[in-house]
Amino acid sequence: MTTTAPVVSATQVYRVYIKATADAIWTAITDPEWTNRYGYTGYTHYEPLEKGGTLTVVPNDEFKAAAEAGGFPCPDVLIDGEVLEVDAPHRLVTTWRMLMDPTTAAEPHSTITYEITELEGGVCRLTVVHELPDSPATARLVTGIDEDQGMGGGGGHAWILSDLKSLLETGKVMADRQP
Amino acid sequence: VTDDPELHAVFKALADPSRRFLLDLLYERDGRTLTELEAELATVTAMTRFGVMKHLKVLEEADLVVTRRQGREKLHHLNPVPIRLIHDRWIDKYTERNVTALLHLKDQLEKPS
Repeated sequence: MTTTAPVVSATQVYRVYIKATADAIWTAITDPEWTNRYGYTGYTHYEPLEKGGTLTVVPNDEFKAAAEAGGFPCPDVLIDGEVLEVDAPHRLVTTWRMLMDPTTAAEPHSTITYEITELEGGVCRLTVVHELPDSPATARLVTGIDEDQGMGGGGGHAWILSDLKSLLETGKVMADRQP
Repeated sequence: VTDDPELHAVFKALADPSRRFLLDLLYERDGRTLTELEAELATVTAMTRFGVMKHLKVLEEADLVVTRRQGREKLHHLNPVPIRLIHDRWIDKYTERNVTALLHLKDQLEKPS
């Protein structure tokens, strides 16, 4: 059958299994030096990493240069939010707003939940739930749908998690792989 | 040849047309109940509720579908990550630095929809 254009969901669920400890996955999500190594890159700061703390994602120099070369201004903070819940290394809930573009920046904060569950055999299950009830442009962006249609924006959460798995299991991100 | 069990579960799940139809339904609109999915499937094929549940179980085992409780309802969500992993394994789309991925974002979002 032919699928029709999707209605972008206000609640999105992404799940991946990673051969790594819960602590390693937690560090990869919460340590700025780690978050700068996969997905869209950028230094993710939780200050402090406890309820009421602030979330800011700061672009690296390469990202800024690429944005400027592409002809659009790169803000000093790409994503902002507030820490709602921390249970290291198993659960992190924050609000989340994308400031890279006026359209997404004007939308209200959405909510992201990371859940890390230890399973047998040194494997963890990482589930990311992104709730965006009033942020349609942001919801569309994080699905990666536009990238699939050649319109850019990157592959969204599925791509980030695939890259994170690659980094933790092989030490390499996809961009570093030899063809 | 040693097979990756996760990969095997994904291909097995995708091998059945009814299961692909269920994924298409969730792609069109995510977060649906069993009753909704059953009603949609009934328009194209005769299948018992038990049959629909069996197919959903195979999809869940392959992690293509993840369920979440919302109030009294159990909602089914399409999880695109396993398909993304297959994509990234064989299709080398992102050899360029990933920072370039957001470059077209501005154009895209400023386009009137």
